[in-house]
Amino acid sequence: MAVAFDEMNIPGGDLRPAYQELARWLEETPPEALEYRRQEAELLFRRIGITFAVYGDSESTERLIPFDVIPRIMSGKEWALLEKGLKQRVRALNMFLRDIYHGRDILRAEVVPDDLIFHNPVFRPEMNGQQVPHDVYVHIAGIDIVRVDANDFIVLEDNARTPSGVSYMLENREIMMRLFPDLFARHRVAPVERYPDELLAALRSVAPLSASAEPTVALLTPGVYNSAYYEHSFLADKLGIELVEGRDLIVKNNEVFMRTTEGLKRVDVIYRRVDDDFLDPLTFRPDSVLGVPGLMSAYAAGNITLANAVGTGIADDKAIYSYMPDIVKFYLGEEPILKNVPTWRCREPKDLAYVLDNLSELVVKEVHGSGGYGMLIGPAATKATIEAFREKLKREPEGFIAQPTLALSTCPTCTASGLAPRHVDLRPFVLTGSKRTTIVPGGLTRVALKEGSLVVNSSQGGGTKDTWILDE
Amino acid sequence: MLSRTAENLYWLARYVERAEYLARTIDATLRVTALPATYVGKTNEWDSALLTAGVAASFYQNYEEANEHNVIDYLSFSSTNPSSIRNCIEAARLNSRSVRTALTSEMWDTINSAWIELQAVWSKGASTREDLAKFLRFVQETSLRFDGSAYRTMLRNDAYWFSRLGLHLERADNTARILDVKYHVLLPEEEHVGGPLDFYQWSSILRSVSALTAYHWVYRETLKPWLIADLLILNDTLPRSLASCYGNLVRNLDQIGVAYGRQGPAQRHARGIRNRLEHSNMNDIFQHGVHEFIQEFIADNSRLGEIVTKQYLI
Repeated sequence: MAVAFDEMNIPGGDLRPAYQELARWLEETPPEALEYRRQEAELLFRRIGITFAVYGDSESTERLIPFDVIPRIMSGKEWALLEKGLKQRVRALNMFLRDIYHGRDILRAEVVPDDLIFHNPVFRPEMNGQQVPHDVYVHIAGIDIVRVDANDFIVLEDNARTPSGVSYMLENREIMMRLFPDLFARHRVAPVERYPDELLAALRSVAPLSASAEPTVALLTPGVYNSAYYEHSFLADKLGIELVEGRDLIVKNNEVFMRTTEGLKRVDVIYRRVDDDFLDPLTFRPDSVLGVPGLMSAYAAGNITLANAVGTGIADDKAIYSYMPDIVKFYLGEEPILKNVPTWRCREPKDLAYVLDNLSELVVKEVHGSGGYGMLIGPAATKATIEAFREKLKREPEGFIAQPTLALSTCPTCTASGLAPRHVDLRPFVLTGSKRTTIVPGGLTRVALKEGSLVVNSSQGGGTKDTWILDE
Repeated sequence: MLSRTAENLYWLARYVERAEYLARTIDATLRVTALPATYVGKTNEWDSALLTAGVAASFYQNYEEANEHNVIDYLSFSSTNPSSIRNCIEAARLNSRSVRTALTSEMWDTINSAWIELQAVWSKGASTREDLAKFLRFVQETSLRFDGSAYRTMLRNDAYWFSRLGLHLERADNTARILDVKYHVLLPEEEHVGGPLDFYQWSSILRSVSALTAYHWVYRETLKPWLIADLLILNDTLPRSLASCYGNLVRNLDQIGVAYGRQGPAQRHARGIRNRLEHSNMNDIFQHGVHEFIQEFIADNSRLGEIVTKQYLI
């Protein structure tokens, strides 16, 4: 594995320009003061109730995501490049989805193999030929980005279903501004607080034709026991929209209504944080109690917009991921600005053979997994784990992809033994409305708090940082 | 607003009110039982505490006899008793979480902090009487803080009114239950034969609805059972009296009716109960029987809860 790119220090002792002021400030600030602020931040998080649930963890159903008080800083120039790349990527994702559920030019051109689509459980035949308002499928995308050197941004995952984490982006900033006003005064940090406004504008812009001039938007949550429930309530509050559960909605004459104290009220746009499978028991899982019976027929009748659309999983599927550079080129005729991690598709015998030979150096992921569950990190795994995984791979090669172990970039982070570099990634949030695509400068930086660890997922002991884009 | 949101706000207020009431009941019972038996007689006060909390039946499924130790545990910390103080706070927090968008940050902070303290400090219950006193104070202060922050920070719209409905319905129920359990010591003037024993029963009743001082201010008299009944039933200056609760319930329901542009069975039913209270006097009530009067009231009050639920909350 190559040496990780250090976002603060240039080998040889100099600092990267974006971090110079922070370094000066760190020198002036005694370590106790940092520790004190860290505790204060934790207290704030607990009081506000910014918690998440870890499934299968009986000990405590609500946990805090550790927050690291050292900000992660990027220059305006770096951001400008990243922003351009993200917009390009999301445009391609939307065009791909529109094509897959309509003309399928890309399959005919044999850029993507048919069976990857049609044998894929996240492909939704119900969406074939269905018109979605304004042809937008992915209204909210959370694209996971990592860096391995000064020049390249690499996409790790395109989250095009119900990406979460944006509340942390916003709350981390609030808490940092409360705890470190002085540090902010010494930087020009691009604000993130307009995200809720942008999101609401995007959601209203994609209302169906049958909606009134002032469309009603609601956020559909699986409920208080969902791991991201805090975020759902936080966003509904910031957007000023109702936070609804499936049982609050009812479909009548192919229109969706919510039950209010004044009777039924029509809903036009649903920002849904419920997975496809649970949306409508009449169409998908019949045992789902989180969904709304009849929602899909209202959707087909064009009376409701779902954001994100149903069936977007086919675009962020890990098996499709490896084709993304070709997908970008196919629809846009442009070179992809953001790179892909080189990926071996275990479904292809040649790739599988290579992967089986090099398991101890690779990261192997389940095609349909997420949240860092069920993956093998070769260099960190024991021999027994690798062998067990080898069997799994042989049994069901099409269920896996493999990638080289990336040396994720590092940022200075508070640890028990003082500041030390820790690996980070970044999830910016890309919003697509009927007319424009916007990205609030920043995103959620996740940090692997254990020394040497590359797993940044909150469910696996990762933490978060505030992400600063300098406005130069 | 969403029916579910209104329902959560309504129950949130009820749980907080109930927790406070339980804390007061335990407090008052502790005082009476600390007295020598010659002052209070042989009645089992812990049994009455269970009755006023409305959990006697479920209690005896778990315990043989009612004594200080197990009643306090059952009312305060038990996880099997669905309306123990602990479970009220847990339920209040769960309700708060589902309606965070309708709560002000002050209200959320009160409930969330109480829940955090419940887990951090009180997860094993209270080991000494001093500890218990601290716990009971903590519960009462949580309720005061919650009520105060709702009053001071909420917009005066349906969210506020539904939350107040829950508060006053629960409060009316609680006051009525004390009266129901203790009606035998509340006798009219002419029949009054009670000795010194009853004095502590009376003060205990007043204490559990935090009205002992109020009594003296209103009547400027030593404790008289018929005046206590008058204070708790008919005196609308006492916030925990049935009359006061119904004045508020009618007002809140009217505000909802005006905002929504229509009245319904809930408004009519509440007004009916209020009118009956307004046109009653203690003589009539004693003649009719305090016990019967209270039982009827409890049934009417819970009927209002059902009507409100049907009209707005589902």
